[in-house]
Amino acid sequence: MTTLKYVGESATRIDGLEKVSGAATYVDDLEFGPNLLHAEIVESSFAHASIKRIDATEAEKVPGVVRVVTGKDFPYRFGLYMQDRYIFPIDRVRFVGEQVAAVIARDAQTAKRAAKLVKVFYEQLEPVLDLEQALKADAVLVHPDLGSYARCPWFYPQPKTNIAHWRKTRKGDVEKGFEEADVVFEDTYTVPRYAHCAIEPHAIVGHYDLSGRLTLWSASQSPYTQRHVFAQALAPLGISHKDIRVVTPYIGGGFGGKAGVSMEIIGVALAALAKGSPVKLRWSRSQEFYNTYQRQGVIARIKMGVKRDGTIIALEHTLHWDAGAYAEYGANVVNAVGLSATGPYRIANVKIDSVCVYTNLPPGGPYRGFGYSEFHFGLESHINAVAKKIGMDPVEFRRRNAIREGDTLAYGAQMNASGLHEAIDRVAKEIGWGEKEISRDPRKAVGKGFACFWKAPAMPPNAGSAAFIKFNEDGSINVIVSGMEMGQGFLTVMAQIAAEVLTVPPAKIRVELPDTDRNAYEWQTVGSHVTWGCGNAVRAAALDAREKMFTVVCRSHGCAKDTLFLEDEHVKCRMHPDFKLPFRDFVISGIQTAQGNYLGGPILGSGVFMPEFTSALCDPETSQGGHPNVHYTVGAAAVILEVDKETGKIKVRKATLAVDAGKAVNPDLVRSQIVGGMVQGLATVLYEDIRYDLRGRLLNSNFTDYKIPTARDIPDEIVPIIVEVPQPDGPFGARGVAEHTMIPAAALVANAVEDALGLRVKGLPITAEQVALALLDIAYEDVKGSYRGFCFAGKADAYAFHAEGTRRKRATNGKETQSRKGSLK
Amino acid sequence: MNNRITVKLNYETRSVMVQPNDTLLDVLREKLGVKSPKIGCERGDCGACTVLLDGKTVRSCLILAIEADGHEIVTVEGLSKESLTPVQLAFLEHNSFQCGFCAPGVVLAATELLEQHPEPTAEQIKEALSGNLCRCTGYQSIIEAILDVRPMARNSRRSQNNNRSRKTQEPRDGHR
Repeated sequence: MTTLKYVGESATRIDGLEKVSGAATYVDDLEFGPNLLHAEIVESSFAHASIKRIDATEAEKVPGVVRVVTGKDFPYRFGLYMQDRYIFPIDRVRFVGEQVAAVIARDAQTAKRAAKLVKVFYEQLEPVLDLEQALKADAVLVHPDLGSYARCPWFYPQPKTNIAHWRKTRKGDVEKGFEEADVVFEDTYTVPRYAHCAIEPHAIVGHYDLSGRLTLWSASQSPYTQRHVFAQALAPLGISHKDIRVVTPYIGGGFGGKAGVSMEIIGVALAALAKGSPVKLRWSRSQEFYNTYQRQGVIARIKMGVKRDGTIIALEHTLHWDAGAYAEYGANVVNAVGLSATGPYRIANVKIDSVCVYTNLPPGGPYRGFGYSEFHFGLESHINAVAKKIGMDPVEFRRRNAIREGDTLAYGAQMNASGLHEAIDRVAKEIGWGEKEISRDPRKAVGKGFACFWKAPAMPPNAGSAAFIKFNEDGSINVIVSGMEMGQGFLTVMAQIAAEVLTVPPAKIRVELPDTDRNAYEWQTVGSHVTWGCGNAVRAAALDAREKMFTVVCRSHGCAKDTLFLEDEHVKCRMHPDFKLPFRDFVISGIQTAQGNYLGGPILGSGVFMPEFTSALCDPETSQGGHPNVHYTVGAAAVILEVDKETGKIKVRKATLAVDAGKAVNPDLVRSQIVGGMVQGLATVLYEDIRYDLRGRLLNSNFTDYKIPTARDIPDEIVPIIVEVPQPDGPFGARGVAEHTMIPAAALVANAVEDALGLRVKGLPITAEQVALALLDIAYEDVKGSYRGFCFAGKADAYAFHAEGTRRKRATNGKETQSRKGSLK
Repeated sequence: MNNRITVKLNYETRSVMVQPNDTLLDVLREKLGVKSPKIGCERGDCGACTVLLDGKTVRSCLILAIEADGHEIVTVEGLSKESLTPVQLAFLEHNSFQCGFCAPGVVLAATELLEQHPEPTAEQIKEALSGNLCRCTGYQSIIEAILDVRPMARNSRRSQNNNRSRKTQEPRDGHR
């Protein structure tokens, strides 16, 4: 096996200099000259209302106002997986803060002033703000026309209900499994909504020039998918993909919030109507909170049956998701979970129901983890509870059930190569599992928590990646791709892969930011998949370029291709050790023959990667028969924390996380994902606490009242561990790592709190307030007041989990039943 | 109603017309062409708009442009013109930043800290950075870089600064 030179090195980021010197440019930094117009939107103050009339006459009179735009200017629907969303709603608003109209003006202050003068007349409708109400047979419908929406074929909306999608997975026979089990335990877990809080707000500038060419500069993870959605939405105007160019400069954080299309569609529509002038739309921090995607809330019912030896024999997992007003992207979150909510375990009998429910709250959508953080909280908490019931150590319990390569997944396909057992063992060792720690401070209790995790990219089966590579006269390379650098280090990793094949050092490699006119295609930078998908395309392009170099050398020198190799930016020959042709001598100008003519010319490489083995087609009632997920990335994690028994305040002393990267192309960057993701995950369980009022209005849409960690709010120590069990179809064995590192955080804290205090907390966030009250035997649900970001007014344990008005047997919470032994049919 | 203000911006005298309610952040970005201070929240929560005003870090979104009249402002563009400072080099070598949006503010906060405490403890670093929100890194790589800023390089930077025509900041007692 050859030794790698660049892949596997903790190379310096190739975008590091730009970011440290202030040279890095983001959308809001771009200059467009004095003709730039500014837009401000008019927002709905109701969660659910019919739009009776919009009177813009006062606003239009304000000097400097160019135009006021409403839904009737753009009566078209759009959406990624389902077209359930309007640019501006036509007949009704569906969440507080939804855009109803927009003012385009010569300067931002005029636009703001005029927007306040637009009068909108509403007739209020009853808002759907409660999941139980939303699922009643006579529920008010958020989307009465659900049946008429275009959608991708593997989503199953239920017309005339508030169910946007329902993923059902059935494997084996759970009822039989529960009968065979020695212990059956069920319980309910709740996770509220969360906000991404990328430091850069969404922004877009659109220019529909006088020749009919539309260019967008967008803060987006997904330039090509944005172009596609824009083209679909503007098709009635005769605009297609060729007429649209999307350019994405650096973005200040994405975390999924800048995937798909949210506020950008407004910028596109406004540009189209202000032909000849660029139009800028930039979101305020408040709008970032309530009018972009949010992470959906969920209530989950888990019933698990186990044998005394710790084998999980049956799992029934029902999840009802508060998906918000539009589910065009959020429905895929629900879908992904519906396929994978077993967690990384081998379970023979599985029943998963993942139900996507419309509510009159901001639209749910992609957020780092894509539903997996949400279901892991319940599942990993439940596993600890079940292990306790059979008197087994929770880490040992996980070892016994941990999934291995070749095991059958919930939907019938097979598990890929993965180092879950190694991750478990290394994390257990690092955290000192089994050694009880006592605090020297009698007011504090110390606890350790452990969890496993997994995730697969949730993508359509035809999410392709492509890459171009070109050389320059000095032997340097441009790698031209449309994967997006959002901080994860994508550009650097692509450079390292190209470097490995072409022997050009990363310092001589540029990787270009996306431009749909010039850069090769990438579906989206989501799902933690681009190291794998686009990395494969870059490797293919590099091999293509290498092949072309060999061809021209063979033609001019008459040697056999299989004697040639690349080393240190030279073409060399195994048969002739003295032969070394520097790249810079021929990669543009070609190779001159003895006759004086030149062969070859500019060397270019192109490569494509398609996951040709995936398919989303399956039985809608069981999800069997497809191969919807390319592969899973697995891992394990643990924390040691200290709880103050009076204040309930939690301090994480140490966190450790092991993830199987297949091959860490840049170990430093993998470690950065582990540290950053762990802190973001801990923030959701310890600090972030979203609050809506009873009319559906978000109350804490700023960083003072919705707290993300500062430098003082981090664990004392975070220890990243990299496991490497190669991904056979990945570039140099690599698999993506990005979302995974925040997925186990909530369960880690819940399990550690249980270890420290004997308290099982089943709802997030686990704030000091909640813990302190619980220690006084006061249930937080009894005193919490408003909804707390969660779409169910009653107590979680009382939630009945029926859908479509069908009354199922009322769930019993925390109930353990002993099944009859030996009752095999 | 417009007023003319005159500031020393990155060691150069600049003069510009401003409205009474223009923030320093907006004037820097829109009228003076300085893009490194970013708009993150416009209410002083996130620190992305941080600039050095007379050597002290401030939230430029909370300062009216008119208040800056006659004062000196330094942003990352002013630090980086000739070469990277030792703390910038440390951030680069440690791969400290990810998306880079918080970086200008963090660089200035770190610069101010190192002026006051050339060899800060981790606790002092965390306190000094607590006004700069970062969503990507979890702060660890930033803190490690600042702990690693080398004394030799710091000495050479001080002599670099003395070559510039500006007042050298007196070291303060550590209270910001």
